[in-house]
Amino acid sequence: MSTWMMILAVVVAAAPVAWAMRAGLQSATGNAPKWRDMPLSVAYGYVIGAVILAWLAYTYYLSVTAERTPVDTYFFFRTAVHGFVLFAAAAWVFRLLGQYVGTAGTRKLFRNMPVTAAFGILVILIYAIVSIFAGLIAPYGQEEVLGSANVVPGGNPAMGGNPEFPLGTDQIGRDILSRLIYGAQNTVGIAFATTCLAFFIGGSLGFLAATLQGWLDQVISRTVDVLMAIPALIFALLLMTIATVWANEFGINRTYFMVVIIAVIDSTRVFRLARAVGLNIVVMDYIEAAKLRGEGLGYLIFKEILPNATAPLLAEFGLRFCFVFLTIASLSFLGVGIQPPLADWGTMVRDLSQFINFAAFAPQVASAPLLAAGAIALLTVAVNFVVDWMLHKSSGLKE
Amino acid sequence: MQRLGLGLLTLLVVSIVIFVAVNALPGDFAQAILGQGATPEAVAAFREDLGLNRPYLTRYFEWLAGAVRFDFGTAYSQAQFAEFAGSDAGSGLGSVAEMLGPRFRNTIFLAGLTALIAVPFSITIGVLAALYRNSVFDRVANISTLTSISSPEFFLAYILILFLAVINPILPVLSLVNDEMALTERIRMTLLPALTLTLVVTAHMMRMTRAAIINLLASPYIEMARLKGISPMRVIVRHALPNALAPIINVIALNLAYLITGVVVVEVVFVYPGIGQLFVDSVKNRDIPVVQACCLIFAAAYILLNLMADILSILSNPRLRHPK
Amino acid sequence: MAQLMDNDLLLKVRGLKIEGRADETWNQIVNGVDLDLKKGEVLGLIGESGAGKSTVGLASMGFTRDGCRISGGSVEFDGIDLVNASANVKRQLLGKRIAYVAQSAAASFNPAHKLIDQHTEGPTQHGVMSKSESENDGIELYRKLRLPDPDSIGFRYPHQVSGGQLQRAMTAMAMACRPDLIIFDEPTTALDVTTQIEVLASIREIVEEYNTAAIYITHDLAVVAQMADKIKVLLKGDEVEEADTRTMLSAPKEDYTKSLWAVRSFERPQKPPVAVDATPVVRVHNVTAAYGTVPVLHDVSFDIHEGRTVAVVGESGSGKSTTARCITGLLPPKQGHIEFDGQPLPLDYRKRTKDQLRQAQMIYQMADTALNPRSKIGDIIGRPVEFYLGLKGAAKRKRVEELLDQIELEPSQYIDRLPSELSGGQKQRIGIARALAAEPKFIICDEVTSALDQLVAEGILRLLAKLQDDLKLSYMFITHDLATVKAIADEVVVMKDGKVVEQGLKNDMFQPPHHPYTDLLLSSVPEMDPDWLDNLLAERGVDNIGDAAVDKMG
Repeated sequence: MSTWMMILAVVVAAAPVAWAMRAGLQSATGNAPKWRDMPLSVAYGYVIGAVILAWLAYTYYLSVTAERTPVDTYFFFRTAVHGFVLFAAAAWVFRLLGQYVGTAGTRKLFRNMPVTAAFGILVILIYAIVSIFAGLIAPYGQEEVLGSANVVPGGNPAMGGNPEFPLGTDQIGRDILSRLIYGAQNTVGIAFATTCLAFFIGGSLGFLAATLQGWLDQVISRTVDVLMAIPALIFALLLMTIATVWANEFGINRTYFMVVIIAVIDSTRVFRLARAVGLNIVVMDYIEAAKLRGEGLGYLIFKEILPNATAPLLAEFGLRFCFVFLTIASLSFLGVGIQPPLADWGTMVRDLSQFINFAAFAPQVASAPLLAAGAIALLTVAVNFVVDWMLHKSSGLKE
Repeated sequence: MQRLGLGLLTLLVVSIVIFVAVNALPGDFAQAILGQGATPEAVAAFREDLGLNRPYLTRYFEWLAGAVRFDFGTAYSQAQFAEFAGSDAGSGLGSVAEMLGPRFRNTIFLAGLTALIAVPFSITIGVLAALYRNSVFDRVANISTLTSISSPEFFLAYILILFLAVINPILPVLSLVNDEMALTERIRMTLLPALTLTLVVTAHMMRMTRAAIINLLASPYIEMARLKGISPMRVIVRHALPNALAPIINVIALNLAYLITGVVVVEVVFVYPGIGQLFVDSVKNRDIPVVQACCLIFAAAYILLNLMADILSILSNPRLRHPK
Repeated sequence: MAQLMDNDLLLKVRGLKIEGRADETWNQIVNGVDLDLKKGEVLGLIGESGAGKSTVGLASMGFTRDGCRISGGSVEFDGIDLVNASANVKRQLLGKRIAYVAQSAAASFNPAHKLIDQHTEGPTQHGVMSKSESENDGIELYRKLRLPDPDSIGFRYPHQVSGGQLQRAMTAMAMACRPDLIIFDEPTTALDVTTQIEVLASIREIVEEYNTAAIYITHDLAVVAQMADKIKVLLKGDEVEEADTRTMLSAPKEDYTKSLWAVRSFERPQKPPVAVDATPVVRVHNVTAAYGTVPVLHDVSFDIHEGRTVAVVGESGSGKSTTARCITGLLPPKQGHIEFDGQPLPLDYRKRTKDQLRQAQMIYQMADTALNPRSKIGDIIGRPVEFYLGLKGAAKRKRVEELLDQIELEPSQYIDRLPSELSGGQKQRIGIARALAAEPKFIICDEVTSALDQLVAEGILRLLAKLQDDLKLSYMFITHDLATVKAIADEVVVMKDGKVVEQGLKNDMFQPPHHPYTDLLLSSVPEMDPDWLDNLLAERGVDNIGDAAVDKMG
């Protein structure tokens, strides 16, 4: 309860502090416009921000100086801070590198790039490399059952680790690091393929509907309305139930079914966007000019509409990829996604999830499931950062 | 009125889609459920019990008529059990509706608690971010919401468990609520899943609110109000807010609809006895009547919320409220 | 004496510099403008787009839009330094002593509140009047501004009132606190001419009545000639010259100002009437058309002959562009047909042959949306060359270069550019080249100059005239601007509500007797004569100008 009282005290005390700070700065700077016109609410915000920063700094100080035996209470906090600083620094260096290496175009691109976008591109590059060369990087096979099960991550024998398995092994003795690397290949690869399929279906139908309009547009649009009236994850789960039976019946891996099902469900969203973007372009005078010239449908779609739709579609591709990726991870986490024994992050989180309860006395043990979940989050965060920057850029150019 | 009709029609079509999807299962379904070891007599009896050998159309209308009365038939898991016990499947067994009832209430409780926390929180942050856009606060809010949107629900859930339940044991890891609990205890039990959902929903809601308000603040009538020398507070309250109502209501309804999807994963993580968890279990056990019923309930809630968003945004649009 | 002069001065701007942000860098958009305004004086601020007129106007209220900042100079209103004043001090002045009338009244009224509630907000917030006093005063102002039904119009919502009425209601709102200064930012630009004249008359009357000082911002010289006591000309953020209205109109000093004035002098001699039995290139024959079930055209007929320009004139919603859509076949008429060289064309463009499509080309109003932003200039012009004439490779490139020469753009410099790298006038030239590439006999020009600045527009008109003479082209020229008609047309078709009101040779049309609607249209176009509005009002009376007169016509 005292924690809550303290928070309350800070919230209340910040108001007079903010007022005093503003008054002080006003007199100190001789009523400079910046302080003179500052509302109290903004000053209050600065004070609260300062308190939070101070609290974080203090906790970090504790986490570095506190005893680490028997229990390293601040293990996660410290790791998080270190990870954050490390990634921020890497992104900053990467952006700096991009400003001096590459063609004139890319250099210019990097110069106006926020650090978040540089971070996103860096992470996406790393993931791409890892997933393409998974077989070369991974120390063991993804299905290889090694000698000892449940080796603690960290590679410190004193704490139950083993230097041969830096991230430990899972409950039946497979190397977690190798499975994470192969997981990149499986999870990212499958999500990428699914997104491409969804774009192929939704994109072509959307542009067709926008260009032809009439009854075809009506039929597809109404069908999409109905399909979109069922929440995506629920619909995917329902169809996966059926797909599992089919898969058993014909002896086909259910992963293929999953790709098709998610692609179809997601293609409805792509269809909506492609159609909307297409409709915006179709009303342009240059389309009218092309129509009046007597151009065919193929020319209209590929030469006139598509080149002008790439920017919004590319941004949507990023967002869709995230969505597909998260849906696949969720399905796997719920046990109906990518079929074992293929290594996959969602399934790994599910299998290792009980270790989280050891966090209080053996933090390293609990980090195994978080690694897989974090790997998922890291990629989607990265893609979202890049998409956010792209959207911001394209909207900024319009103004 | 027209939209209401459209909503009902959509729901009807959705029910057909669900029914068709479920009945598109290959081969003899009773056989698949009972396994290869079952005797032909047992399979036949099972089919008879479930009414699987009647025409599709009859079964669809029976199911639909039942669904309207919240009678979703008997769960296979129960029927199957009855079959092995050698008793009559129809008597003395829990119906799907009985299974769903309390769980439905639990899910509503969870969603309601989430909405109670998330809606005021995210709208405040969204409006603040829009008012002080491009400030430090806006940037921090932008990055953190982007991060939380991008994270899978189970990742957020485990992070919260880690910090709030395991390292600092403030809240319970599992949300084993039951009907006998006192309200405060129940809220304490539900808080962790609710917080997880809040993180996900807040991010969406905050970003949409921010976009709506920024869009609004750029409109000429806000500039006009400023040029009339009206105080900033009054510009917000009198000129921005009445027009912001429609987009914000829309944002809320859309995100409550989004909650429906989020609920499934979160309930599984926290072993919260709601519909989502039941749904996932039934999917794994291939308990078709339960899957059908859950699916229909989710879809109905989703359609209803989207419909509400539509209707409310019409009601709060001054142009439509005061026709020419 | 000097002391007295100073006291009389209401607004004093010295060396005003304003910067705007683009791509994260600050660029200067106003480079030091001086401005003096005495009490009760009206200053006209004119310039082409990008001259910084609105920015200067807003800055003289101490206000800058997002992405702009005052980087130097001073703005003094009645002795108060507005550049360095605190937000509170400025707020005390805005609305109360300085008011603003925006270009688009429809967007600048809050859709959620009634007009009168928005009107009374200023006076009540500034403590000038009580709400009921202000309401009565508002109704009085509405009456003075000759709004229809002044007692109840204020109790409507903005979307329930027409554009011209909203503009007057906004002037009333600006007047609510009886300010010393009003900034009018292009208040009539979005209105039709017949509506514009009414708004102009009422604004001028009320400004005179209350002896309010005003800055009137516009790009239209003829409008500013009616409104202002003195005129200041801006060009790309620089002041060109300033003088009182009559001097400025009769004896401009600077070359730029002279060229602006000269724009309206371009006028092509009318060609002799064609032989009665000549076959027209295009004949619109009793065309009636509808969008779905909404009728838009009623029995429209006119001919376009070889080498002639037919201007189709009318206000928005008169059916000019719809007629063009019927001719091109985008909107097949319900009744009637289109003849080309005496042969009826299929009504739907999809049924026309490639050659039929080639013969009729179109140039659009917005060059921005008429050119594919992702195609290079060479490809935009090259496509019809390849498509219709079958030229490829070097032959196609040669033809494209010829076309670029024809539209007076250096081929080597422009052929590989994207449309976004061209100015508005250059884009419009590319649109012309694309139409020419098909080697047509007939071109529809849909408001091709209305989105352009006057000097650029004049260049386009001259080019079109030259091309017509060289290539024997026939033009259908859609416009709402009678000055353009005067400049280029041979024959004129006046349309109103989907019907042809009057048609004939240009010289006949600009001479009385007119059809009453044509007369009203002609009389509503402001002229470059500071006495024009006075004379018109004296001649016809307030109730016989603008929309009021249209309504009388039934």
